[in-house]
Amino acid sequence: MTAEVWITGIGLVSSLGEGAGPHLAALAEPGFQPVLDRESFAPFTIHPLPALPFETQMPRRDLRQMETWQRLGVFAAGLALDSAAAKPLAAEIDLMVAAGGGERDVALDEAIFTEITAVPPAERPAWLNQRIAGGLRPTLFLAQLPNLLAGSITIVHGVARSSRTLMGMELAGADALRLGLSRVAHGASQMTLVGASLNPARWDELMTYGTAGLNLAGDWQPVAQRPASGGFCLGGLGCFLLLEAADHARARGVTPFARLAHVGTGMARREAEDTAAASAATLFEKLRDRLRPGAAVLSAASGVDPADEAGFLASTGAGPARYSADLLGHGVEASFPAAVALAALQAQAGLAPQTLVSGFGAYRGEALAMVEAV
Amino acid sequence: MSQQRAIAVTGIGLVTPLGFGVVDSWAALLAGKSGVRPITRFATDNLKTRFAASVMLPEESGGRFVSAADRLHSYAGMAAEEALAMAGLGGRAGFPGPLVLGMPPIEVELTDRLALLARANTPGYAGLASASVEPGLADRTLMMAAPARLAARFGTRGAPISLTTACATGVTAIQVAMEAIRFGEADCVLCISAESSIQTEALIRFSLLQALSTRNDSPETASRPFDATRDGFVMAEGAACLVLESAAHAKARGAKPMGWVLGGGEFADGFHRTRANPDGSTIVTAMQRALDDAGIAPGQVDYINAHGTSTPENDKMESAGIHTVFGATPPPVSSNKSSIGHSISASGAIEAVFSLLTIRDGMMPPTINYGTPDPAIALDVVPNVARAAKVQRALSNSFGFGGQNSCLVLGAEP
Repeated sequence: MTAEVWITGIGLVSSLGEGAGPHLAALAEPGFQPVLDRESFAPFTIHPLPALPFETQMPRRDLRQMETWQRLGVFAAGLALDSAAAKPLAAEIDLMVAAGGGERDVALDEAIFTEITAVPPAERPAWLNQRIAGGLRPTLFLAQLPNLLAGSITIVHGVARSSRTLMGMELAGADALRLGLSRVAHGASQMTLVGASLNPARWDELMTYGTAGLNLAGDWQPVAQRPASGGFCLGGLGCFLLLEAADHARARGVTPFARLAHVGTGMARREAEDTAAASAATLFEKLRDRLRPGAAVLSAASGVDPADEAGFLASTGAGPARYSADLLGHGVEASFPAAVALAALQAQAGLAPQTLVSGFGAYRGEALAMVEAV
Repeated sequence: MSQQRAIAVTGIGLVTPLGFGVVDSWAALLAGKSGVRPITRFATDNLKTRFAASVMLPEESGGRFVSAADRLHSYAGMAAEEALAMAGLGGRAGFPGPLVLGMPPIEVELTDRLALLARANTPGYAGLASASVEPGLADRTLMMAAPARLAARFGTRGAPISLTTACATGVTAIQVAMEAIRFGEADCVLCISAESSIQTEALIRFSLLQALSTRNDSPETASRPFDATRDGFVMAEGAACLVLESAAHAKARGAKPMGWVLGGGEFADGFHRTRANPDGSTIVTAMQRALDDAGIAPGQVDYINAHGTSTPENDKMESAGIHTVFGATPPPVSSNKSSIGHSISASGAIEAVFSLLTIRDGMMPPTINYGTPDPAIALDVVPNVARAAKVQRALSNSFGFGGQNSCLVLGAEP
């Protein structure tokens, strides 16, 4: 016997702006043209973040300790807590963050790349030690630890009952939701704040995915129209959701956005018959009986191998999919939570009583979720 | 304490600076040996700290470069092979449960960056990001690669979880595994935590935080937890694996648990990014929650496996916190880090395994390098020599950067 779990708080920030308004408007517009920056990181296109009033959610002294991905996450987490009127309860809230590698000091790296060419090869190891030790700022190293987004949320907002950081690209975001849902459903937590953030304006991130062949080569296209192997365009994204036991939310008089009915994850090896589609089909068996006619479908597909996920979705008999990456770009760890957030906003607005959310990771990992109006 | 809340441990595996495997690591720990030595993996000229507790793989001999990602896979894989053999699970059919992996963040190392740059057509990061796809690089450096490789190797079920909570990672992984079993989502979990971060950049980063010992003239005595002359922690590597099972699953297949995880507790500290609240109040809550989760009172704990990093701040704060929970005369407290250094992501899991061995063998491992008592610390630290004692239950502490505080209670019986 498990408890019903509601989404009672949402903090969503993207290239489109903040909150329900711009995101619901974009979802409602067929052929929506996203906000793109084709120049700053050419040849790669990103969905850039707008200027954001970070200082409304965190003191300046904390701002200075963080790079953008942390600021964005702390900002979105604060918005989620505010929307659930939960900040006074922060010490009793559990925290589940999905994170990639923190931000490197790209300027220092580039200086090293240039200067090292003038150093005789035999002297390079000793030179590097001195250059790195002299050039790195200790506080910014902390921004590189993945769990320091969670740490900053604890410092700034006081979310403290527990703190766990998952890694592993898209799957980390989906599993953070799955574990959060499970803990609340089983009574191990009454409120769990789950989310992630991604700053796309980072050469180090573009390099990591570039050397793996995951960045989209060529101009932006909607996910469904990308070439066979596809590729993703990173998008600025901060998304946090407050998952709360329904009884707990009722007792404190909070109106939910939606019910998080299910999250399932899997990982195919993606070779021979162990395909992503087969993995997702197994996950779908847990949802088949719950899926109602006319349910909306929202895919967090990255844009890499887009036909894989489309084929799976077609096999479920559910309606045509909307791709969150067409609006937001690909937010890696934040992409699946953001698609769930969009589904919850649609549910609350009366636009979609039930949404099947899917997401195949660019490298590995498959996830499905069900979001329903309360 | 109801039967189903306690989780059976049916297999353990270790890779530590003291040895490959449980037998060698445990014997050396009880003998009071040190795994700390000068760094030979890379040049240490111009560095403030030039030693660590590395785990050197056979494939590193002759100075051959093995990436942190590949070392992580090797350490984790060796620990898991040992634990699975003991548990009698896995093999060709695969492991009948999920993988939970505690690990450090993995990135494209400087060595790889410079190699890529040499091939790129454009200077700087623009060139790196546009360089031709490097075969095999993604299978090392994408954050999802490590869990994917291990999940495929051991045939675990479902999506593997990989996580980090800095120095508390090993404990968090055990907690996540424990919850999957308690919630009925898994009958058994392959729980591995590994650390492989002794490379140039990571060493420099911790050094810049002034967290590391600089006792370059005497590496093997540099890690001296609770001693008045302690000056920082010693970076270390290693891995531990625990095969965790529900009592019912272990019983049904006739497996005899070597010990039990009775409970876990955590509490996050918003005091500072790298410093714990010096009054110890946060770790007090984490310890109390672990005892509550295990359903025991402080008086039922026979031994405490300390976080005991050998930094001036941690050991003082931990001592204060222990006294708050356990009163004027807490049970004996020792720090494995005196021998094996601080293997950040793996330490919580390695110390959980050592705590289980302490219980199994009735031998408390010593805090070595203890010579000058700190007047601010009045603990029985099992100084320098292992001690025979009956231990029914042990508390194992792990506290980390970012305000991570997690504790486990291990026991001989459920």
